[in-house]
Amino acid sequence: MSDVVEKTLTALPSLLSLDSHSGATKLSSTSKLGNLIRGITELTSKHEEEKLVQRELVSIKEQVSSPNTSMRQMKELMVRAIYCEMLGYETSFSYIHAIKLAQQGTALEKRVGYLAVSLFLNESHELLLLLVNTVLKDLQSTNLIEVCMALTVVGQMFPKDMIPAILPLVEEKLNHPKEIIRRKAVLALYKFYLIAPNQVQHIHNKFRKALCDKDPGVMAASLHIYLQMIQDNPEGYKDLTASFVTILKQVVGGKLPMDFNYHSVPAPWLQIQLLRILSFLGKNDQSSSEIIYEVLDESLRRAEINHNITYAILYECVKCIYTIHPKSELLEKAAKCIGNFVLSPKMNLKYLGLKALTYVVQQDPKLALQHQMTIIECLDHPDLIIKRETLELLFRITNAQNVTVIVEKMLEFLRVNKDDYTTIDLVGKVAELAEKYAPDNEWFIETMSTVFSVGGDVMQPDIPNSFLKLLSEGFDSVEEDRKLRLFAVDSYVSLLQGEPGKLPQRFLQVISWVLGEYSYLSEELEAATVLRLLAKLLDMKSTSSETKSWVLVAMTKLCEGGAGVSVAQEVCETYSSSLDTVLRQRAQELQHLSQDCELRARVLPRDAGLEPLEVDSSLSFLDGFVSEALAAGAAPYKPPHQRQEELAQSKALSLEPYGLSLPISMSSCSIADRQSPTLLSVSSGLSGDSPDLSHKGGSTTLKLDGVKRVWGREGYLSQREPVEESAHVEVPSPLRSPSQQGEAESSHSQTPATTPTPQPEQEKQQLASSLFVGLGSHSSVCLMGKSEPTTQRFRRKAKGPVSPSAASEQISNSLVSTPSTANDLLCNNLLDSSVTSELSVSSPEQTSQLSQGPAAANGTCDVELTDGDVKESSPSLVGGNSVVAADPAPHEDPDRPEGLCLNTHLPAELSGLCHSEITPLCSNQSLDLSACHVQKEDSLALVVFIYNSSDSDIQQILLELDSDELEVSCVCDSAVQGARSHSVAVCQYSLTVKRPSVHVEVVGMVSYQFPVGTPQSVQFSYKLPLTGFIRPLTVSTEEYGTMWLDFSHDTKQKLTLISDGQEPLADTLNVLKKKLQLHVVEIIGMEGIVACRLLRDQPCLMHCRLHAGTLSVWLRSPVPDLPDCLMYHCQRALQEH
Amino acid sequence: MIRFLLLFSRQGKLRLQRWFTAISEREKKKIIRDMTTMVLARQPRSCNFLHWKDLKVIYKRYASLYFCLAIDNQENELIALEVIQRYVELLDKYFGNVCELDIIFNFEKAYFILDEFLIGGEIQETSKQMVNRAIEASDMLQETMEEYMSKPAF
Repeated sequence: MSDVVEKTLTALPSLLSLDSHSGATKLSSTSKLGNLIRGITELTSKHEEEKLVQRELVSIKEQVSSPNTSMRQMKELMVRAIYCEMLGYETSFSYIHAIKLAQQGTALEKRVGYLAVSLFLNESHELLLLLVNTVLKDLQSTNLIEVCMALTVVGQMFPKDMIPAILPLVEEKLNHPKEIIRRKAVLALYKFYLIAPNQVQHIHNKFRKALCDKDPGVMAASLHIYLQMIQDNPEGYKDLTASFVTILKQVVGGKLPMDFNYHSVPAPWLQIQLLRILSFLGKNDQSSSEIIYEVLDESLRRAEINHNITYAILYECVKCIYTIHPKSELLEKAAKCIGNFVLSPKMNLKYLGLKALTYVVQQDPKLALQHQMTIIECLDHPDLIIKRETLELLFRITNAQNVTVIVEKMLEFLRVNKDDYTTIDLVGKVAELAEKYAPDNEWFIETMSTVFSVGGDVMQPDIPNSFLKLLSEGFDSVEEDRKLRLFAVDSYVSLLQGEPGKLPQRFLQVISWVLGEYSYLSEELEAATVLRLLAKLLDMKSTSSETKSWVLVAMTKLCEGGAGVSVAQEVCETYSSSLDTVLRQRAQELQHLSQDCELRARVLPRDAGLEPLEVDSSLSFLDGFVSEALAAGAAPYKPPHQRQEELAQSKALSLEPYGLSLPISMSSCSIADRQSPTLLSVSSGLSGDSPDLSHKGGSTTLKLDGVKRVWGREGYLSQREPVEESAHVEVPSPLRSPSQQGEAESSHSQTPATTPTPQPEQEKQQLASSLFVGLGSHSSVCLMGKSEPTTQRFRRKAKGPVSPSAASEQISNSLVSTPSTANDLLCNNLLDSSVTSELSVSSPEQTSQLSQGPAAANGTCDVELTDGDVKESSPSLVGGNSVVAADPAPHEDPDRPEGLCLNTHLPAELSGLCHSEITPLCSNQSLDLSACHVQKEDSLALVVFIYNSSDSDIQQILLELDSDELEVSCVCDSAVQGARSHSVAVCQYSLTVKRPSVHVEVVGMVSYQFPVGTPQSVQFSYKLPLTGFIRPLTVSTEEYGTMWLDFSHDTKQKLTLISDGQEPLADTLNVLKKKLQLHVVEIIGMEGIVACRLLRDQPCLMHCRLHAGTLSVWLRSPVPDLPDCLMYHCQRALQEH
Repeated sequence: MIRFLLLFSRQGKLRLQRWFTAISEREKKKIIRDMTTMVLARQPRSCNFLHWKDLKVIYKRYASLYFCLAIDNQENELIALEVIQRYVELLDKYFGNVCELDIIFNFEKAYFILDEFLIGGEIQETSKQMVNRAIEASDMLQETMEEYMSKPAF
């Protein structure tokens, strides 16, 4: 730098000659700023400050515009102006002087000038153009500091249009001998890339040169550009993967100068930048990922110092590991890392841990289970940010079984939340969950009501839209639809009877639509009552005119009977002269239709919401009219864009065409403005929906634009086409009996907020079990990777799991009522949760513990592996327990010996066959139910063990089984009558598949009676994967060929290949064969054919082909759904491998 | 990418502002207001990250001064926290045991240091020595001149 100083020193005399006041000015000027600052800090009121600053600004303004002010003084004035601007005062008068200062000042003043410019102006400011020349001059300067300043300001902001002017100069600087100049030049180019990427396209090879620069600082700067470019187009830079890995290796290995260390970590910023680049490169690319694995491992290993910066690197590593093609070892390490974050007492790390969990939970739900207690703690964390992040995590693991608890938590948060942005986001999520997983009608309607009241008018408009759509379309059962609507009507009527003034407009609109459409469903509700309630809404000041028109439409649907009509008439009188044309139109409709019952019945038939709404978007009903008009000499219709084009083209010839086109436009106008609105509103009325639905087709045709203009607002379903309706969100089809629903109610009240339990630990445990219930099965859906329809189908069929939770709640309730030790209670709760949740947690030692027991006793066989779900349900209880301070012994004791001794109760004819592990189903103070299934050649035997744990004999045991997917038949000789005290009764059932599903479930109820006492009952459910029903099918290749063509149901998917061995295809098929009992027919080169059957006579064929490192699988079967289910299990089997 | 950096006191008085993207004056005022209210309302010992619209806000308090950084959503929060830390270290090194008053009275210096550290919302130089060398090089110029001028030689 000494040369620079020298240069400046030589320039000094001229500097001094400019500045006549020399040192004295300098001192006073510093004190001027000092005085200002001190003056301001001494003031007490905002008003005084304003006066002082205004005075100051006046004096600054005077001085800057005076021709006598030297650049030196100007510099001082600018600093003061910057200060005033920071205080929030307008200083735009000084902007031009800042530019002047940058232009004319010498080094020092220039610097302040540039600073002022970069603080005052932004990229789009027009004054910035005046700076271009200055920058150009300084870039060419021989003074390094001037070049630096120019590059700095270019890197901060530069007008987009002027980039070409300075680009060559900046490029030139990439070869500058000083690294600081090269670095700043690279950053300037980065800025250019951000604001105008195509301007710098031609210099991509220069970026490569910067990447290879000998100075690490320049190289690091070039990574900004690469990160951006790779993010935009990862394919284009795959060849650099190895280079980035090498750089990262060197950095991690400490090869950079010590200078770059930060808290003794080598260049952390550089590391993080590289990790981010690598994660883009390795995403969905196995071969690139493989290059990256090693360095990731190394980074994880090296980052061990307990400092924030190492956590930052670790966090980035974890993100990278989960982004790129998965590798199990690394995933394990990453999971451990996440664990450390989550369990950390530091809030920041905990937050990031939760975030990471949210990120990975869909790939790896086990992690969430491991940390369930921490998650529960975070849910009640005083820090809203942590709480919010936890909810985000819970949102990702929501399923049909834990939805009530999670939604409750979200709503709780929403009620205290003040931030609109969060509200919009969270409200949308609640609505989504409610639609997807609602357990019953009441819950759904109540939740949505809360959503509407909390979300108010900020929420996304599609939430009320899809809610109404859902109500009107209904689902499978007419009766259920009726109940849902009726419940909605009832709850809305009571809301209106309360304080409707407090409800948001959107909610009022929903309410009026529902009441208009469905209030006839309620027998005790009179139309006149509803009409009065609605009329009350119209009178409220807060009601917007949009809402009013909804209300009027609802009233039109309802007005009947003497009282109703009179209310309607009253309303009409007020609004038929309204200045709002929409309201006036509605009022007119109301008036006419209320007087003409017949017409009303035709126009607005009741309950026609189910009818698909047909919007004749071609407007064919106008054909007659159009042909008449054409015959009468009208010109054919032209769309407006065409008209405009023609108009533009023929502007020069304005007179003649103008005269001609006038009648044309008038005729088309008359169609659009006069005729179509009435016709359309009639047509929409015919289909019985709200007139707003008539806008559905609005976007497709031009003529409907006219409609929009007439109504003056968007229809609420305007963006949706009727065609799309089939692809709509599915809704809860509540299958459960009323009694079960009642139990579900009690399960709602089991949330910790409402149940006062003496032990907080138990409370948490309960919450945990209700939150993480069914996570295993949910995760398996996500493991499929994509395909929303599969998820939904799965969900529909898996409706059952709600009832087991109800059953277990019932049991735990009964437990609470009887005196029992806390240990028992906890133990039983855990047992329940294990039954309900079917969690698939299995840490290695837990599995080994279990396999010691039953597996050793009955000889291991392949089948056991396939029944992951069944087998792993008990480990979850271990997993849950390890967090609570409960002794693990009590639950194992009743469990394990029982499992062992139950084996001996297995019916003799089944003892030779492979059977699954005996799983506890449920238990109460007198009964313990367990079950296992046994694979027979053409069916599956379900064996239920009923253990009487009470001291008295039980009589009249009746076991009833039912299943949606299965055919259950009792093996007759196994009917049980009673069980003596402390003995086991065994029932055997034969299961065959009615309808394939990924998991099938049997729901059952045991009713029994003690010698003295009332009959009692226990409910349970047993879930097993479809794989239990799969048997190998031995066919020859020829037979396979003929069968293949006959089958109509098929599915295709790419599966991961097991590529550890020499022959990936054979290895993969062997794993499938082993785990799923498939028969490998033949393997020819890159292709393989496999066959299996579902029990006796339902074949399924599989064709596999190696393709680009993955296995393309094609499944075919005559049975619908079977290919999909099998595909799921194949995928799962391979992933578990 | 860093969107903006704000320094404000415990009383909510703005001490420094650097905007790395084009934002209108009105929007700036709103953001400053939002940030000060949000950050000042935070309890001690809670986490240093906040959400603001689609951005993440990272803040840290040093004595009476709050440093507040807004970053894109996919950015690493912890490293952003270290950006603040590093900036404070740089200030500290330059001013020698920096305090709020140093920044109030020499805010243009604080800006110069910042500009050598961050450019256009990205880290320019992570090496502390390098930043300081750049600042010193410019400063040397200033000091030489000041020395020269304060001499009552003529």
